[in-house]
Amino acid sequence: MFEATARDHRNQRVQTSIRLGFLSMTLLLAAPVLIVLGALVYKGMPIISLDFLLGDPTHGMTQGGIFPALVGTVCIVVVALIASVPAGVAAAVYLSEYAPENWLTRAINLGILNLAGVPSIVHALFGVGAFVLFFGFGTSILAASLTLAVMTLPVVIVATKESLQAVPMAFREACWNMGATRWQTIRTVVLPNAVSGILTGVILEVSRTAGETAPIMFTGAAFFLPFLPQSVYDQTMAMSLHLFVISTQVPDVPEALPYGVALVLIGIVLVMNSISIAFRIWLRNRKKW
Amino acid sequence: MAELAIRTEQLSLWYGTFQALFDVDFDVKKGIVTSLIGPSGCGKSTLLRSVNRIVERGGTVKTTGRIEVLGQDIHAPNVELVQLRKSVGMVFQRPNPLPLTIRDNVLFSTRLHRDRLSRAEQDEIVEKALSTVLLWDAVKDRLDHPARVLSLEEQQKLCIARLLPIQPAVLLMDEPCSALDPTGTEAVEELIWTLRGDYTILIVTHNMAQARRASDECAFMLMGKLVEHTPTDQMFVTPKHQETADYIEGRYG
Repeated sequence: MFEATARDHRNQRVQTSIRLGFLSMTLLLAAPVLIVLGALVYKGMPIISLDFLLGDPTHGMTQGGIFPALVGTVCIVVVALIASVPAGVAAAVYLSEYAPENWLTRAINLGILNLAGVPSIVHALFGVGAFVLFFGFGTSILAASLTLAVMTLPVVIVATKESLQAVPMAFREACWNMGATRWQTIRTVVLPNAVSGILTGVILEVSRTAGETAPIMFTGAAFFLPFLPQSVYDQTMAMSLHLFVISTQVPDVPEALPYGVALVLIGIVLVMNSISIAFRIWLRNRKKW
Repeated sequence: MAELAIRTEQLSLWYGTFQALFDVDFDVKKGIVTSLIGPSGCGKSTLLRSVNRIVERGGTVKTTGRIEVLGQDIHAPNVELVQLRKSVGMVFQRPNPLPLTIRDNVLFSTRLHRDRLSRAEQDEIVEKALSTVLLWDAVKDRLDHPARVLSLEEQQKLCIARLLPIQPAVLLMDEPCSALDPTGTEAVEELIWTLRGDYTILIVTHNMAQARRASDECAFMLMGKLVEHTPTDQMFVTPKHQETADYIEGRYG
């Protein structure tokens, strides 16, 4: 009784091979990440030291450290976040909680998706036209950060919108039925429940902002500038551009140097993301749900 | 004649082009439990949701006729929705406590409508509301726990409790027991019965036995029309209309 038939065996074989196929695709995707990280650590680790992190580049950028670029990248990312997170969250709250379902809303949503698809070099040229020239910020941290902010707005908006929409409708109905206004509902119930999703969007944004090269190349990042920026109106070096420059433009760079720079760049992103994650955990523990 | 809490006159309602209510004339007396029964899609939930105008949220809703709550036309231009909903509370099918502590759930409505509350006032509000819904003894030691740790029955009681501090006149309940087990149902029905008198309660229910057990008056709806509205005993013993008789005997629905 209940023995397997030939058909069962065949189905079982198909099932096993499909499963292995999907598993191998997963591994294939994970492999590059591990290989890249492994290579960076293996080749870049030896050069990393306190002097490397805190020193200025010397000898035509073939020796010395990366401190100005490190500071520059952190500044650019922070200013970009300050510019884009409030605007992006506000836009997402409007689209998710207030906007009526009509053609204008659909058009705006479509526009946001398209903004996400614009190549970064186009954003760069837009940044030059809008922030450097029209608003007269010059090539500066401010112009570079604003360019990056515009580029990464869709990330924040989409992540925030999704996390707002994940908040159960029942919570909103409960509030409205006690006479809460939309804003009271958003402030007391919707936003607190969406915060971790919003922070996930911020994490994604940090990674993109820190790594982008094209948008800051013409708007605020300098080829070689071994001074720290004094204000947001100054130019600065940045890790991503520095990596590009020493990898392609400067002769006789020791092999370990670009790997070291890349490793530090990933390290910055990791640190900033850890801060977001820690903040998220702190928020979760503070609230009781 | 007893004083009326809710009164509709020739109320018709359309969702877009679909007409959900047809010329409903419905009077709900103050201080008693009135249940609304009828098969799915008969418009009973729509009627319930019209009373605090939450039905309008869909956007494409059109209403004609009149609804009065405590004698006030609720579609009058000077009616503030916030004030209307404050005095017409609503309980849902699935208990929907807010993702806050038990205490903050009870205080939520008061905080919406008042700026400052001393700790003593808060404690008093919480104890009074939870005692009224027969929940105080069960939760008094864990007021700072999240509300979702409560059983469904307790959650539903909490959802009723959080309406009480803002002193609503009318409580609308949309199948308040259908997510609960028989013990929970019994407990919530008992609670509804104790709230009777202080509050006017309008319950939508699918459960005819519940309507029979736990209401003073009963209204039967079919296809968007109010067919019959009589004292509950009378409806279940001597229904006036054939449709009512067929429905309560389970021939359709």
